[in-house]
Amino acid sequence: MSSTGKSPWIVHYDGSSCNGCDIEVLAATTPLYDVERFGVVNTGNPKHADILLITGSVNEQNVPVVKQIYEQMMEPKVVIACGACACSGGIFRDCYNTLGGADVVVPVDVYAPGCAIRPETIIDAVVKGIEILEQKRKALKNKTLVEPDVSRMQSARDKVVDGQTVAEIASNSTLE
Amino acid sequence: MEAGVASWVSWVCVIAYLVLGPFVGMLISGIDRKVTARMQGRVGPPILQPWYDVKKLFSKDKSAVNNVIDLYVATALGMAVVAGALFFAGGNLLIVIFLMSLSSVFVVVSAYSARSPYSDAGAQRENLTVMAYEPIMLLLPVAMYLITGSFNVDSTIVQDLPLIVGAPLFFLAYLFVMPAKLRKSPFDLSTSHHAHQELVKGLTTDMSGHTLAIMEIMDWYEVVLIYGIVGMFLVTSAWWSWILAIVVMVVCFLLEALVDNTFARVKWKVTLATSWVVTLVFCALNMAFLYFL
Ligand code: SF4
Repeated sequence: MSSTGKSPWIVHYDGSSCNGCDIEVLAATTPLYDVERFGVVNTGNPKHADILLITGSVNEQNVPVVKQIYEQMMEPKVVIACGACACSGGIFRDCYNTLGGADVVVPVDVYAPGCAIRPETIIDAVVKGIEILEQKRKALKNKTLVEPDVSRMQSARDKVVDGQTVAEIASNSTLE
Repeated sequence: MEAGVASWVSWVCVIAYLVLGPFVGMLISGIDRKVTARMQGRVGPPILQPWYDVKKLFSKDKSAVNNVIDLYVATALGMAVVAGALFFAGGNLLIVIFLMSLSSVFVVVSAYSARSPYSDAGAQRENLTVMAYEPIMLLLPVAMYLITGSFNVDSTIVQDLPLIVGAPLFFLAYLFVMPAKLRKSPFDLSTSHHAHQELVKGLTTDMSGHTLAIMEIMDWYEVVLIYGIVGMFLVTSAWWSWILAIVVMVVCFLLEALVDNTFARVKWKVTLATSWVVTLVFCALNMAFLYFL
């Protein structure tokens, strides 16, 4: 494993989670689970981070925020959807303001299930994310890094909210 | 003959610092993270973790918020390296201190150049931190001159008594502000090594990839110089004084780790007030003592 895999820095963003998954993400950094032994640092800064952990579903308010965090991260980067809500919208899926899982806005590389997600699952997901990070680093080095394929989330992106499809809302929304 | 040997030895020291300095600094920060983890009852990262981090940062995609930030950060690194080289060559301590200040000025300027609110806040706080530690840094050469009659670092090596015997309070004041210089708790208000602070990465918010890697390498060089100054208080003409110096450096290192782990970040007013009061009171007492003896 190269040094990319030995030093995955994380930024955590809470979409509209019920806070259950956030607490589990924090639990993974406590002495009991101690993710720092894998070199994981919770940076709190997208410009430093390699891995974006998203908890909770995406709604109309936080679409531009998720987009901006993703865009501020430098390649190679990986997105991990933590918990049922971030994977698909979870129990909030049919709420009037919920657009769906994190993948309606940003390409998700690892889907980590659970309601709430367990710290062990988060660690497994990060280890899986490290593998993908490695592949992306090699691709970046060989200049073959491609835009991720978002077709598998197409059904979620076609959902209509307030007369607009989710894909339209996601691409039109900006901060300010 | 003396001058010949001295210049030969100082060249060896300079080259050793330039080549081994970052390596030693990297080990120091790796051991620091390990010790911190053990103090918190964790396993902690491998000791070479800072090396992996920097290597990874260099492999990230290249991007910078503007055209000049890299230049500023690289200049800051250059200044820090020259300061350290001059110190280990036994050169003029005043110039070493000035170069160190210049290096921190360039770091502040690079953060200002990003023009983002978080970088700005970090830069302003770094200014305050510099103001907190600068008095004692400037008073160190004064103490040295009062005792050895010279500003040159190598004048301590020919003494029979270590600097700390004449300037114990200067040493304590330096130890007190060392967390500010290392950007550690309780004086880590400009940027921090841990998330979940009110301002996490102030100074370095807008540095990514190789820019951040250069900052890290500068930290490695600086940490060696900062502990080198601790050692300067201990070395004399006797060979065993070097061993004593290393022991004291290790003790100071452990003390720093303990302080970093037990204290929360303090506000800027507390940072300034405590470091100035400690510096002025300790140094005034020590200077009075030196004058009247
Ligand atoms: S997956 Fe469950 S625990 Fe996690 S945010 Fe959604 S509802 Fe809360």
